[in-house]
Amino acid sequence: MIQTTRRALLFAAALAVPALALAAPQPAAAEKVLRVIPHADLKNLDPIWTTAYISRNHGYLVYDTLFALDENLQVQPQMVDTWTTSDDKLTWTFKLRDGLNWHDGAPVTAADCVASLRRWGARDGMGQALMDVIESLTAADNKTIVMKLKEPYGLVLESIGKISSNVPFMVPKRMAETDPFEQMPETIGSGPFKFSKEEWVPGAKVVYLKNEAYVPRSEPSSGAAGGKVAKVDRVEWIYIPDQQTAMNALINGEVDYYENPPPDLAPILEAAEGVVVEVNDPLGNQGMLRMNHLHPPFNDQAVRRAVLKSIDQEVYMQAAVGNSKFYSVCNSYYACGSPLETDAGNKLVTSPNIEEAKKMLAATGYDGKPVVIIQPTDIAILSAFSLVTAQRLRSIGMEVEMQAMDWSTLTSRRAMKEPVDKGGWNIFHTWWIGGDITNPVLATGMGGGGVERAWFGWPDDPKIEEMRSAFARETDAGKQRALADSIQDRAINNGAYGNVGTFFVPVAYRDNVKGLIKSPVQFFWNMSVER
Amino acid sequence: MLAFIAKRMVAIIPVMGVVALFVFLMLRLSPGDPASIIAGDYASPADIERIREQLGLNAPIPVQFGKWLWTLAHGDLGISIFTNLPVSKLIAQRIEPTLMLASTTLVFAVLVAVPLGIIAAWKAGTWIDRAIMIFAVAGFSIPVFVLGYILIFQFSLELRWFPVQGYTSPFVDFWKFLRHITLPTVTLSVIYIALITRITRASVIEVMEEDYIRTARAKGQSERIVLMRHALKNAAVPIITVIGLGVALLIGGVVITESVYNIPGLGRLVVDAILKRDYPIIQGLILVFSLVYVMVNLLVDIIYTLVDPRIRY
Repeated sequence: MIQTTRRALLFAAALAVPALALAAPQPAAAEKVLRVIPHADLKNLDPIWTTAYISRNHGYLVYDTLFALDENLQVQPQMVDTWTTSDDKLTWTFKLRDGLNWHDGAPVTAADCVASLRRWGARDGMGQALMDVIESLTAADNKTIVMKLKEPYGLVLESIGKISSNVPFMVPKRMAETDPFEQMPETIGSGPFKFSKEEWVPGAKVVYLKNEAYVPRSEPSSGAAGGKVAKVDRVEWIYIPDQQTAMNALINGEVDYYENPPPDLAPILEAAEGVVVEVNDPLGNQGMLRMNHLHPPFNDQAVRRAVLKSIDQEVYMQAAVGNSKFYSVCNSYYACGSPLETDAGNKLVTSPNIEEAKKMLAATGYDGKPVVIIQPTDIAILSAFSLVTAQRLRSIGMEVEMQAMDWSTLTSRRAMKEPVDKGGWNIFHTWWIGGDITNPVLATGMGGGGVERAWFGWPDDPKIEEMRSAFARETDAGKQRALADSIQDRAINNGAYGNVGTFFVPVAYRDNVKGLIKSPVQFFWNMSVER
Repeated sequence: MLAFIAKRMVAIIPVMGVVALFVFLMLRLSPGDPASIIAGDYASPADIERIREQLGLNAPIPVQFGKWLWTLAHGDLGISIFTNLPVSKLIAQRIEPTLMLASTTLVFAVLVAVPLGIIAAWKAGTWIDRAIMIFAVAGFSIPVFVLGYILIFQFSLELRWFPVQGYTSPFVDFWKFLRHITLPTVTLSVIYIALITRITRASVIEVMEEDYIRTARAKGQSERIVLMRHALKNAAVPIITVIGLGVALLIGGVVITESVYNIPGLGRLVVDAILKRDYPIIQGLILVFSLVYVMVNLLVDIIYTLVDPRIRY
């Protein structure tokens, strides 16, 4: 009886093993595979529906863009071959380049691109601003897009060549017609890689396959622009949330590339044989201390200025990052290293001084009521920022109450406009990737749209909104630059937010990985693995 | 017996109903909003509201609960807010690694712990007993993640015997499966080995003082026969109870072990879902975990009758 059962089991196993082996797609032995630990888990496939950076990175693999920023943050054509602007700067005509096809084989048409721009324009901030000045957006023929504006606009190419979320990715018209507040049902792009849906295991693995039909531009790869040459057959994202395990997997050669190792693991990675650690993002990330402008004490400009005076970026960066290789002290609101970086208005913040800040605070009507700092303890850098701020504020004479929570709770808490005693908040911290703060329109934190239109914290400064609007409409680069300076000057002196320093998250990879692209966004074309 | 099983199966329905209500309310009353996470930093309040509307999060809580119960009644666990995939599909993708890890852990723990407990009881008061009990105390005391990292350092990075992370199905490559599952199994087993060893030792020592053991010895039976045939069988009920209770501990332990060894199982799925407030996944998984726990308890009750004929339902 026992023998019969054992035989039956063996027989069943013998049948099951090849069946299951066939069911699970595996890479062919000769395939070139780039195994990557991404910075987050890919949960959403629609990079317009969400602003999550991981969905944006997924978008860059699968989709293509009309224009793109090169490594000098200059806009370059990508899917577009040629374009013209009328003398009155009101009519823009874009002609698509040859050889563009969707992953299902259909040709890319101007109608697809028009629909894609409209969907993006319904969700993205810069897209919405652009749509406000567009009179008509049409496909003149299969390859020609015509955009007519109501008035001259200085950020047409900057908007549709935007590098970070939401990126105006092009999708087939049937997908672009999806409600912008619902996820697209398919993942068909025209980019250098195809998404392998059957191999997607949310929370674990994402696989991209080389798009053999993709025709890259002839120019060398540069930032998001230039030739996007897929040099591997498969890109596998293996999500490893535990940083220690991720580090060990790279050291052991089980993966090739670790996108965002925390800086405190860098010394161990640097000491490991065959592992390279470097900063690949020239702009880094800007830490932000955001005060709630709606309620006391930070509804008083003088109190906000006192807080700004107390901010010592070196202290913040030492506490949160530690290794000076991975941070810089820079007070520009525009990303340091970007074309608009400026010292305008910096007098208040270039020489932090606790004693002076204390005097500034004493001169205000601050009543000693505790200010509530909401601290996301699951994000180490932001948690450290919060602790430093608490200490600095106490040093200048403020009472502080820390409220610990996870980031998900913080994202809903920070949207509350009520006073602290009704569930509101006074201060939270976040950071912006450099690519998201290269001009005053993108840099939402500088805005002054008040309780209805401003970003969380809701500064109310109609003048700055006028200046941001003027910047967007200005077509002369020199005048734009002057406006950008004035906007920063005003924003800093109004205490829009505290810039607590710029930090760089390194990448780590096996030394057989070649062809990394320097950019604030992670790209995977041009990368190869020598085995 | 069949009537007992049928009665217990029927009793599962109200238990699961209470679990469903409790989980639903806990999630809805705790802070955090998936719409804010989806909308991202640039979204306006109107955008966030629209997403909440699309997700059905603006409806009154009783309405939301009713809708969820309705989908459950149709055998549907709902759709993940973030991935837009059916929760049942996500669970199906992840259940095998968790089941494999839990099974290998239970088998390994029982195979090691029961003999260790018997030996400790047999040699009670000797250095062997004390050594085994020191191991048991250490096993309780070392956190799973610490032991995991130590094993990874020694056996993966130094000796290179096992991979650091990942999982391969035994149905795809059995050798690879063994290489991937060994360290997680050992890591997760240690606490159960400690627990089961202590209970086995205590139960066997207690039984060894019973009259029928003295009778067995008086009949001239060897110590081995006395232990295995008479003592262990009578000590089995508390041991099986602890193994059954251990399943609840196992669910918690699997979450940590799966994170340390990057095993794409249900434990990690639930942690990711909680951090993102993906309500349908959390609700679905807790229901599944609760069901497993209830079923294991039923199984334990049935096994009681097999090892101890005096127990009747």
